Amino acid sequence: MAVALILVVIALGSVVFHLLSPWWWTPIASNWSYIDTTIVITFWITGAVFVAIILFMAYCIYRFRHQPGRQAHYEPESKRLELWLTVVTGVGVAAMLAPGLFVWRQFITVPQDATDIEILGQQWQWSFRLPGPDGKLGITDTRLVSPDNPLGISKEDPNGQDDVIVEGGELRLPVDKPVKALLRSVDVIHNFYVPEMRAKMDLVPGQVSYIWFTPTRTGTFEILCAELCGVGHPQMRGSVVVQEQSEYQAWLEGQASRSFARLAPAAQ
Amino acid sequence: MTDVPLGHVGPAPAADVEDVELYHPHSWITKYVFSQDAKVIAIQYSLTALSVGLIALVLSWLMRLQLGFPGVFTFIDANAYYQFITMHGMMMVVYVLTALFLGGFGNYLIPLMVGARDMVFPYVNMLSFWIYFLAVLILVASFFAPGGPTGAGWTLYPPQAILSGTPGGQDWGIILMLVSLMVFIIGFTMGGLNYVVTVLQGRARGMTLMRMPLTVWGIFTASFMALLAFPALFVGAVMMLFDRALGTSFFMPAIVEMGQTLDRNGGSPLLFQHLFWFFGHPEVYIVALPAFGIVSDLISTHARRNIFGYRMMVWALLAIGALSFVVWAHHMYVSGMNPYFGFFFATTTLIIAIPTAIKVYNWVLTLWRGDIHLNVPMLFALAFIVTFLNGGLTGLFLGNVVVDVPLSDTMFVVAHFHMVMGVAPILVIFGAIYHWYPKVTGRMLDDTLGKIHFWVTFLGAYLIFFPMHYLGLMGVPRRYYEIGEMSFVPLSAHTLNAFITIVALIVGAVQLLFVFNLFWSLRHGRASGGNPWRATTLEWQTPETPPPHGNWGKEVPTVYRWAYDYSVPGAAEDYIPQNQPGTQSSAGMSHG
Repeated sequence: MAVALILVVIALGSVVFHLLSPWWWTPIASNWSYIDTTIVITFWITGAVFVAIILFMAYCIYRFRHQPGRQAHYEPESKRLELWLTVVTGVGVAAMLAPGLFVWRQFITVPQDATDIEILGQQWQWSFRLPGPDGKLGITDTRLVSPDNPLGISKEDPNGQDDVIVEGGELRLPVDKPVKALLRSVDVIHNFYVPEMRAKMDLVPGQVSYIWFTPTRTGTFEILCAELCGVGHPQMRGSVVVQEQSEYQAWLEGQASRSFARLAPAAQ
Repeated sequence: MTDVPLGHVGPAPAADVEDVELYHPHSWITKYVFSQDAKVIAIQYSLTALSVGLIALVLSWLMRLQLGFPGVFTFIDANAYYQFITMHGMMMVVYVLTALFLGGFGNYLIPLMVGARDMVFPYVNMLSFWIYFLAVLILVASFFAPGGPTGAGWTLYPPQAILSGTPGGQDWGIILMLVSLMVFIIGFTMGGLNYVVTVLQGRARGMTLMRMPLTVWGIFTASFMALLAFPALFVGAVMMLFDRALGTSFFMPAIVEMGQTLDRNGGSPLLFQHLFWFFGHPEVYIVALPAFGIVSDLISTHARRNIFGYRMMVWALLAIGALSFVVWAHHMYVSGMNPYFGFFFATTTLIIAIPTAIKVYNWVLTLWRGDIHLNVPMLFALAFIVTFLNGGLTGLFLGNVVVDVPLSDTMFVVAHFHMVMGVAPILVIFGAIYHWYPKVTGRMLDDTLGKIHFWVTFLGAYLIFFPMHYLGLMGVPRRYYEIGEMSFVPLSAHTLNAFITIVALIVGAVQLLFVFNLFWSLRHGRASGGNPWRATTLEWQTPETPPPHGNWGKEVPTVYRWAYDYSVPGAAEDYIPQNQPGTQSSAGMSHG
């Protein structure tokens, strides 16, 4: 009796906790509300299964508890029941997988008008590179990294001459413009994670990975490293500042002239 | 699925070789230390694994102290914290769970349950344990090595695992870890071959594969998988050891570390992840399948009812085992691998939910119309269903590629895998120990202590890990020495962390009660007799309890029926042992 009751409390208590707990996802600030929708669908389906099975267990434990004279029913299998359960489970799984894969296709398909930016990780700070007036990022090579060229930008490539470099600071982005972030690391694996953007992807040394999103509201959002990268891992923070287009443009122009001077061939 | 017709099974023919004295141990050393008796080896494996488990438990206390009360315990600095989580993870997954299920329960139960006198290669079996023991010594030695153990996280991802920004990366820690793993795998391979061959070749007359208890099926499938999966880890460990010690670049691309350009080029960090998870995902099921098997038998025995859908249970085990080799990259959705892999691995991962769900249904349907005895082993089995169901369902979040993006690398993952492959299998281990302790010692474990142990462990573990999911949902990352200031984390989350820590300390402490029970009942436990649970399987039918070397006395048993003849209509008792001849046919299996 007590066991059955406790199981009922666990099943219902978990649901109550889910509904009443103050801990829930951060308000979204990007276009990935589809992801949130998929999570909600998954919560409904799995929650229903959880409660149904635990309550059924509790019922069985109460109803078929040992009493003098009780004999269990001898029934090795029921093909019909097993088939039914398999089919129902298959449908439930498909109901979660289908929207999941659909959204994943969007997640990895970068729109044509996305602006390339670069996010670079190193122990234990973030750097960013934005294309200058030409709208293009220059090529890079880890082996070119040096104190006066912390991102390893090739000075041969004219596209890189006007790139805007932000070291260890804030990443500024214009609101409502899709960005494709090219992710790169010069030492160990890091992970670019902004909870409000629902964005997360590893930065792997030796290769370039990417992630795209469209910031949908202005504000400042924290960047965390989400892949263990050594003892400084929890201190590897940064921020994304999403601004109105005009504000952003004004800032970018101020920056572009500065980096131009620093990286121009004459300055070498 | 051929069935041995009842009429054709005669007594086993006399053994070709007489049972000579030579086979049996004569000295204390050959009987208890370098023993070739699978049952002694099982106890050696179990005690070693449980000891490692106690170390891992203390490590979990330390890390929870830091998470619950950051900055209060000054001796836990960031280095120490990462060393604690790394060692806790690796110890629990490999040196405790794998060793206990396969080396411990496998050794004890396989020969007894299939009606063999011992494992087929007893000498290799002995070597297997001692090599495992050596691996444990090497692992523990890293606590005392200069620089301490590795703090790379149990996944040991390069490049950080072998660089100076990680504890033990440029010291002995990572080297000892890799060597210990390699030694472990060598030892396991010896044991694993034994378990597989014994099941295939050592079964008693009449013990067809489809009459084997699900415990044997679970351990057998898991051993087979481990033999295929561990080599991938072995290769990864060798390559990383070369990268660390010889300066090769298997996993090392061009790297600038703290301003210094390293002399490395061309390696792939992702290659290690593929090798690691090609091992790592089957590993989850290497731990889970024995638990599935054991829990099936616990539920069936204590509900006095045949396991529901036995054949489906066997096929589900095999399907899960096979599928688990094609889902590994679901650990790598946000690793920077080709994103199109996501479609394939999400699909395979969610398909694996179907055979897994069938197993859950069949456990619950075994309770339906049963005669449920809420003995301590049964309580643990029921708690397993709850926690496994919970952890399995959250797996559907993480397996579904796009849902994984916000949740990956957060506390949601920590909560998920602890629930599904930490708490759930450990509850089965406890249930199994309460269940088989009488066979091993001839005495029952104390019931009252058992019930206290059960309720605190089960409810405590649920209170620890259920709310933890919501921290992850909020965005709290895992493997953070301290959360510090995070704009989106409210103060209440810190309170929750402190609560989790307090519960974890209590749950940990109650395990000491269990250890006490193990030793106390050895002398003071109620005498159990040979078959206290009135179970059908062969290990309960031995002529002596505890069974001596050779298990069966003069004659090995002959098997006449499947393992689940409970409450057969018209039978005198509510169970019929597998070795009991008679016309009460094994109804469910006769059409196999």
